Amino acid sequence: MMRTASRLIALLTVCCLTLAGCSNADPLDTGNAGAAPGSSTVVRVGSASFPESEIIAELYAQTLEAKGIKVDRTMQIGARDVYIAALRDGSIDLVPEYTGNLLQFFDAQTKAKTPEAVAAELAYSTPSGMKVGRPAPAEDKDAYNVTKQFSQQHNITSLDDLRTYSGTLRVGGNAEFAQRPYGPKGLTNVYGVPADRIQMIPIADSGGPLTVRALAQGEVDAADIYTTTPAIRDEGFVVLKDPKNMIMPQNVVPLMSTRVDRQDVVDAVNAVSAKLTTDDLIAMNARNQGADKASPRDIASAWLKQKGLA
Amino acid sequence: MNWLSSNLDQVLRLTLNHLAMAIPPIVISLLLSIPLGWVAHRNRVARQLLLTGSGILYALPSLPLFVLLPIIIATKILDPLNVVVALSLYGLALMVRTATEAFDSVSAEVRDSATALGHSMGQRFWRVDLPLAGPPLLAGLRVVSASTLSLVSVGALVGVPSLGYFFTDGYTRSFLLEIGVGIIGTVLLAVIFDVAIQLGGRLFMPWLRATDTRRARR
Amino acid sequence: MRFFLAALEFIADPANWAGPTGIGARLLEHLLYSGLALVLAALIAIPLGLYVGHTGRGRELAVGVSGALRAMPSLGLLTFLAVSMGFGLRLSIIPSTIVLAILAIPPLLANTYAGVEAIDETVVDGARSTGFSEGQIVGQVELPLAAPMIVGGLRSATLQVIATATVSAYLGLGGFGRYILDGLPIRNYALMLAGSLLVMALALVADGLLALLQRAVTTRGVRAATGQSLGPDRGRPREQRATSASTTGAQP
Repeated sequence: MMRTASRLIALLTVCCLTLAGCSNADPLDTGNAGAAPGSSTVVRVGSASFPESEIIAELYAQTLEAKGIKVDRTMQIGARDVYIAALRDGSIDLVPEYTGNLLQFFDAQTKAKTPEAVAAELAYSTPSGMKVGRPAPAEDKDAYNVTKQFSQQHNITSLDDLRTYSGTLRVGGNAEFAQRPYGPKGLTNVYGVPADRIQMIPIADSGGPLTVRALAQGEVDAADIYTTTPAIRDEGFVVLKDPKNMIMPQNVVPLMSTRVDRQDVVDAVNAVSAKLTTDDLIAMNARNQGADKASPRDIASAWLKQKGLA
Repeated sequence: MNWLSSNLDQVLRLTLNHLAMAIPPIVISLLLSIPLGWVAHRNRVARQLLLTGSGILYALPSLPLFVLLPIIIATKILDPLNVVVALSLYGLALMVRTATEAFDSVSAEVRDSATALGHSMGQRFWRVDLPLAGPPLLAGLRVVSASTLSLVSVGALVGVPSLGYFFTDGYTRSFLLEIGVGIIGTVLLAVIFDVAIQLGGRLFMPWLRATDTRRARR
Repeated sequence: MRFFLAALEFIADPANWAGPTGIGARLLEHLLYSGLALVLAALIAIPLGLYVGHTGRGRELAVGVSGALRAMPSLGLLTFLAVSMGFGLRLSIIPSTIVLAILAIPPLLANTYAGVEAIDETVVDGARSTGFSEGQIVGQVELPLAAPMIVGGLRSATLQVIATATVSAYLGLGGFGRYILDGLPIRNYALMLAGSLLVMALALVADGLLALLQRAVTTRGVRAATGQSLGPDRGRPREQRATSASTTGAQP
């Protein structure tokens, strides 16, 4: 095995060197990989890999374009860990975020409970090289949803009630949910649900239609479905209350690289935050996921026109 | 179909991204496989090394390779180059084997007569070995082209946009038409590439047609 | 290197092997997904390949279909089937098996008909003249003689299927792909690398076992009848032979 491994490494090295040599002529190397710090003539907008994030990123992108600022888009990059790394390594400059989860990502020990406290701590905890803009009134939280039937049958309306559930609780959500402080680990640490009575079932659509269907059809008992998902209302799911505030307030907030040094960029993005409401998010998600299947681009431009921002 | 017409610009943009990431690996794996295959054909140690290496490489899933390459070659994590390099390695893994076997398949008598006619080693390579190895190389390239075009879409999982975006985005909102457009787009590209490679083969190897008919009659 | 060591540590830790999400369970799942797909593909491709090879009919069609299947993007097909079939999570194994089988069909099909075509015609004629029926010729002459090539096709199919079975985890299934897709969103490189190493190890072990099988089905008679020594390539994946066969015809 060692011999074959070293052979592989030798081969890989040779190939990589050869290819690295060819890379200057690469047609993809549009130069955006090596932009000098401080030069923010083009703002590179990214998004997380779920539709709402792309819609908000489009709001940012189009409002900037309306101001004559050039924008480069890299949508649906991945989960938080990945797009934050992309922000750090200079692949993107701006990405929509959510205050609570972002704060917890930067500071796992945080005790902030109110939207104001979260926003204040976030501004303080954001590492150097990044800065947050103005939080929007719009909020979209992770939430444990159960069916009405499950809620009534087991008399469970809050996360605190889950401890009394006798069976194994099957929780559906994105794979990374298992690692988040508000995921199954949080149920154990905060609400005392024994870890061996929680089974995490990964579903890769970020609380989308497949997760909704899995919950509706009883393939999972609870599912992480974001609060702005129209299906929660449509399916009559019960969002479990969170009396101990395990899931923090989650206002939409722009996260930027400090490479973005133009005030007009920051102002334009903050202007979007000022007008974005939770109902807007629900309505925009409904257009994106419902029968309309409208693209984030069209949804964003309609909203910006309506609010007079583009 | 309404969706398609109102999103045509995105389809085109992603198709171009897709092409930009698929073409370099196909070209690179062809160009590099010829010298590497020749070396493997001539030298036992090199043969062992290259063929074992490509066999192992082929067993490596593509997704982690996309993610791990930035660590190895110090690129940024969203750089399309990661996908290009990874797919070049896969293409090469397939093509080196093809090229080695193609050179192996040139019969010793033909080679001997070329030498007898006074061809130097270099002349023999260009006038005898390479032309005779052409048809199997072309066949291998067709496979590399199809599999590269298909694998580019996996890049969507690591945030590198291509037609694969339609797979992940369509999946998160259970939108079959969108996924279908991505699939059809990929297959169409594969068909176009396949035809182009075959035409290119005919152009550079006029003797191919003759070989084809001889085989068909066999 | 750091990630590599961490990955090896993860694999070496016995605590990571037990339980329903341990490496042991993931291995069984991975074997199940790959095995199901390979069996399905073999049931389709081998009879079809024998038919094409024996009759010489439908060859162009087989080449065309193989080419089209190769161009199918696995991720696209997987998401399409998962969304359209609506089986839910538990039956995600159905779309996953179909996608992996589609991957395995081209090399199996191509090697099967190429293996039959490579048989010296005098051998088949000889069998016919001694009173073998066409069915007997296929079953008792062509199948055994083509067996080494068929197993060669199975080897390349197996390599591809085991490596690609990782995407099944995208549908929430298990297997080693779980480590890769769980590690991806949280940038746990060690976990992803551990998953990849396990996949590679499984693929290489499977390939080694099939190489033994290939040797076992290559009798002296086979070598005589096909007029080809399996030569310097015996014991190696026959990917290229398979692929060249599928596109330009068997090597003469």
